[in-house]
Amino acid sequence: MSPLNRREFVAAGVAAGAGLVVGFYLPHKGRTGKEAFSPNAYLRITPDNKITIVVARSEMGQGVRTALPMILAEELEADWKQIEIEQAGASTLYGDQTTGGSASVRTTWDPMRKAGAAAREMLISAAAVTWGVPRSTCAAQDGSILHGASKRRLSYGELAAMAATLPIPTDVPLKQSKDYKIVGQRLARVDTPSKVKGEAVFGIDFRMPGMKFAVLSRCPTIGGKVLSFDDKASKKIGGVSYVGKIGDAAMAVVADSVWGAMEGRRALTVNWDDGPNKDLNTAAVLEALKQAAAKKGTSLYSVGDVAKATGRRISAEYELPFMAHAPMEPGNCTANYSGTTCELWAPTQVPQDCRDSVAQAVGLDPDQVKVNVTLMGGGFGRRLEHDYAVEAALVSKAIQSPVKVIWTREDDMRFSTYRPASLHQLSAVLDGAGWPAAFTHRIIAPSISGQKGQPGPNGVDPDLPDEAAFVYGLPNVSLEYVLAETAVPLGWMRSVYALQAGFASESFIDELAAAAGKDPLEYRLHMLAQNQNGKDQDIQYFTTTWHTARMRGVLQLAADRAGWKNVLSAGRFRGIACFGCFGSYMAEVVEISMENDVPRVHRVVAAVDCGQVVNPSILEQQIPGGIVYALSNALRAKITIEKGRVVQGNFDDYEPVRMDEAPVVEVYAVPSVESPTGIGEPSVPPLAPALCNAIYAATKKRIRALPILS
Amino acid sequence: MVVQVAIQSLKKIMADFTLRVNGSEQKISVPPETPLLWVLRDTLQLTGTKFGCGAGFCGACTVHVEGSAIRSCSTPVSQVAGKSITTIEGLGASGLHVLQQAWIAEEVPQCGYCQTGQIMTAAALLGRTPNPSDEQITQAMNGNLCRCGTYERIRKAIHRAAGAGTAVAGGAR
Repeated sequence: MSPLNRREFVAAGVAAGAGLVVGFYLPHKGRTGKEAFSPNAYLRITPDNKITIVVARSEMGQGVRTALPMILAEELEADWKQIEIEQAGASTLYGDQTTGGSASVRTTWDPMRKAGAAAREMLISAAAVTWGVPRSTCAAQDGSILHGASKRRLSYGELAAMAATLPIPTDVPLKQSKDYKIVGQRLARVDTPSKVKGEAVFGIDFRMPGMKFAVLSRCPTIGGKVLSFDDKASKKIGGVSYVGKIGDAAMAVVADSVWGAMEGRRALTVNWDDGPNKDLNTAAVLEALKQAAAKKGTSLYSVGDVAKATGRRISAEYELPFMAHAPMEPGNCTANYSGTTCELWAPTQVPQDCRDSVAQAVGLDPDQVKVNVTLMGGGFGRRLEHDYAVEAALVSKAIQSPVKVIWTREDDMRFSTYRPASLHQLSAVLDGAGWPAAFTHRIIAPSISGQKGQPGPNGVDPDLPDEAAFVYGLPNVSLEYVLAETAVPLGWMRSVYALQAGFASESFIDELAAAAGKDPLEYRLHMLAQNQNGKDQDIQYFTTTWHTARMRGVLQLAADRAGWKNVLSAGRFRGIACFGCFGSYMAEVVEISMENDVPRVHRVVAAVDCGQVVNPSILEQQIPGGIVYALSNALRAKITIEKGRVVQGNFDDYEPVRMDEAPVVEVYAVPSVESPTGIGEPSVPPLAPALCNAIYAATKKRIRALPILS
Repeated sequence: MVVQVAIQSLKKIMADFTLRVNGSEQKISVPPETPLLWVLRDTLQLTGTKFGCGAGFCGACTVHVEGSAIRSCSTPVSQVAGKSITTIEGLGASGLHVLQQAWIAEEVPQCGYCQTGQIMTAAALLGRTPNPSDEQITQAMNGNLCRCGTYERIRKAIHRAAGAGTAVAGGAR
C-alpha cells in the first residue's frame, strides 16, 4: 500500500462485525507528538448489506448530508436507497472539518470519489476471486457485482468481508461525468421528512438525563467585566439551582427549565465594569475607517500600472455597516463535564475548534473532549465561533452536571461576531471611448482573522483570496487591502468580504457604464471580452485562476433569461451585477419597481457556473436562499453601537426579509463537467449591487452605503 | 424595605393546569406566567415547536389553540388551560398532514428550524381558507421568518396542499 500523496491516501480494513471500511489515512499528531495513523472510515459495508457513508461536515441547511454521500455513492455504484448516513463528530482523522467557505463539496469531491472508487474496485476483485473469473468480466451495478456471462450476482454485503482482505488499488479509475447516475440527479434530501415532522434534533432540542438549563448574563459593553453581583432575588426563583460567574464577563443562571433560568436572569443584579469601550459608537468606527484609509495598504492584486493610465478619472467611496448573522436557532450547546472527560452536543460549524477551545477552558486534553455535531438551525458563519461550547463546558464544570446553555434572540443579536464594517475607495480612468483603462479598489476594513489572533500573511485574511477577486481583464488594475482596527467583535458571515467587495466594485462599474453612456451589460461583456489575439483571459488571483470566459457565460445567460434586451413594462426597472467567489461565477439581474422611494424586488434571474452540479434541487435551494439572505442585508441589516453596546436586539429592529418582500428567483446553471465549486455563498454578493443598479436605473440616485433603507 | 417587597413578589407560585395537547390530557405544575412554548418543550418534551425570538416576531413557536395559530412563546400557559392545543407532533391525525406531504414534495426545508412553525401557520390558514390566493398566503405567512429564504417554496407547497383538496383544519383531533 503506497500513499497517493503525503496528505491523503485511500485506506481500507476490516470493519467491526467483519465488513469493509474504506476511508483516508490523514497523518495527525497524537498526544505523544508522534504521527499516528488511524482509519477515518468514510464508508462502511457490513455483511448484512448495510452501507453507511459518514459525513464529516456539518448540516446547517446547505444539504451536505445528502450531497457528500451522493459523491461517494456514485463511484461506489451503490443503490442510493440502500445508503445510510452518519454524522461524524470532531476527529483529527477527517482533516479540517470546518464547514464554511462554501467548501464542503469542493474540498471533499476528490476524497469522497476516491474512497467510493477504491471500494468498488475491491468489491469487484472480491467477486472475481470468489467466482474464479477474470476481474474484467465483473462489473459493479446498483450495490452488487455482476458476472455477465454466468448471470451471477453478489451483493456488496456478501463481498465485504472478502474485499477487506484484498490489497488497496493504488491507481483508482474515476468515472466520467457522462456515466454519472447519482451525481447531477435531483435526489430528495435525506433530512427533509424529519424536519417537516418536527422530529429533527437540532442542538436546542437535544436532551439527556439530569440535564439542567442555563442562560448567561453577559457584560453588555464590549470588553467589559463583572464588577459585583447580587443573586438573592435570582436564587428565589423556582427551579434556580446555581448562580455564578463564568469567566470575567458573564454570569450563569442555572435552573431546571429554560423559563426558570430566564426568570432567574431577569432577577439577577450585576454591576458591570464597562471597560475601555464605554464611549465607543458607530460614528467613531466609521471615523477610524476613514483615518485608516490614509495608510498604505497591502496589494491583493496588481496588473499593469494604474498610475500611468490617462483619461477621464472617476472616483467614489462606498460604505457598509456591521451586520449580524441571526440564524433562526439561537446559540446553544449541551455539555457534560465529568472531571476527566467533557462531552458536547454542539450545533457547530467547527467541531474541532469546539473540542480544542473547550479542552483549554476546562483544563482537559483535546482527546478527553468528545464533540457530537447536531443539526443546526442555520449557521451563516455564526457557528464558526465556539463561544457557546466553551460557555456550556464551563457551566457544566461549575455545577458538575450536564447542562444546556441557551442564548435568547437578544443574546444572539448583541453578543454576536459581526460582518466587518468597511469603507471602499474606488477610482477608474476611462479612455476616449469610455472603457476603463485603469481600475483601483481599496478595501479598508478590520481583519477578522487578525482580531482573533491569527493574522494572515501581510495582514491579509487567509480567506480573502476566495472573496475579493476582480474577474475582469483590464490592462491596469490595483486591488489593495488596508487594515483598520476595531474593538467590535468580528466574524465570518455568509460570503464574508465578498459581500463588501462585490457591492462596491459592481456598483462602481455601473457608475462607469453610466458615465460612459453605455449599457451596463455590454460594458461588462466588453471588460470580459477576448483579447486582440482572440484569446480568453485568465486572471491569476492568489492561487486561483479565474476565467473571463466563464464569467461572460453567466452574465450572458442571466441577461438572456431575464430578457435584458426586452422593454420592461411601465414602472419596472432592472440592474445587473456579476461576481466570482468560492470558485464559482455568478450573475444576477434584479427587476424592481419603486413604491414611495422603497424598492420592491419582483424578480431575480440568477445564473451560476459552479462546475459539475451535484444535486440541482439543492442548488435551486441554495441560490435563492443566498439571494433572500442578501436582500435582507441590502435592505435593512445594520448593527449599530452606542456607548460600547450593540443597539439592535430582536427581529423588530433587525428585521429580515419576510414573504411579502421575497422575490421570485429563477436559477440557471451553466452545464459543466469542471470540478464542483461553492454554491452556499456565491449568490450573495451580486444581489445588493444589482439591486442598487436597478434603483439607479429607476431614480438616477446612486446608493453608495448599505443598508438601502437606513 | 422596598427591596424586600420586590424579592417577595419574585417568588413564583406554581399552579396546576390541565392541557389538552394533541388529543391527550396533560396535567402540569408550573408558574402560571410560563410561556406555553417552554411547557411544550421542557415539561412535555415536544421539541418540534421552536424557540426563535421569544417576542412573537418570528413564528417559529407557532401552535394551534382551538384551531387558531398562536405564538406559544408569548402565550402564558394560564391562558390556554383546558383548551385544545395542537403542535407539529399532532398535526397529522393519521400519518402526514397534507401540508407536510406538500413540504416534502416541494423540498421546502433547508436548515428546517422554522419549518414546523411555518407548517402550523399554513395549516391554520387552510383551515379557514381552503384555497388561498397568493395575497392570502402572504398575509397569513408574513409573521413567519425564514433566514434560509424558503418563502417561494413555502408558497408553492401551500398551493400544492390546497390543490390536493383534502386540507383539514389544524387541530383536527
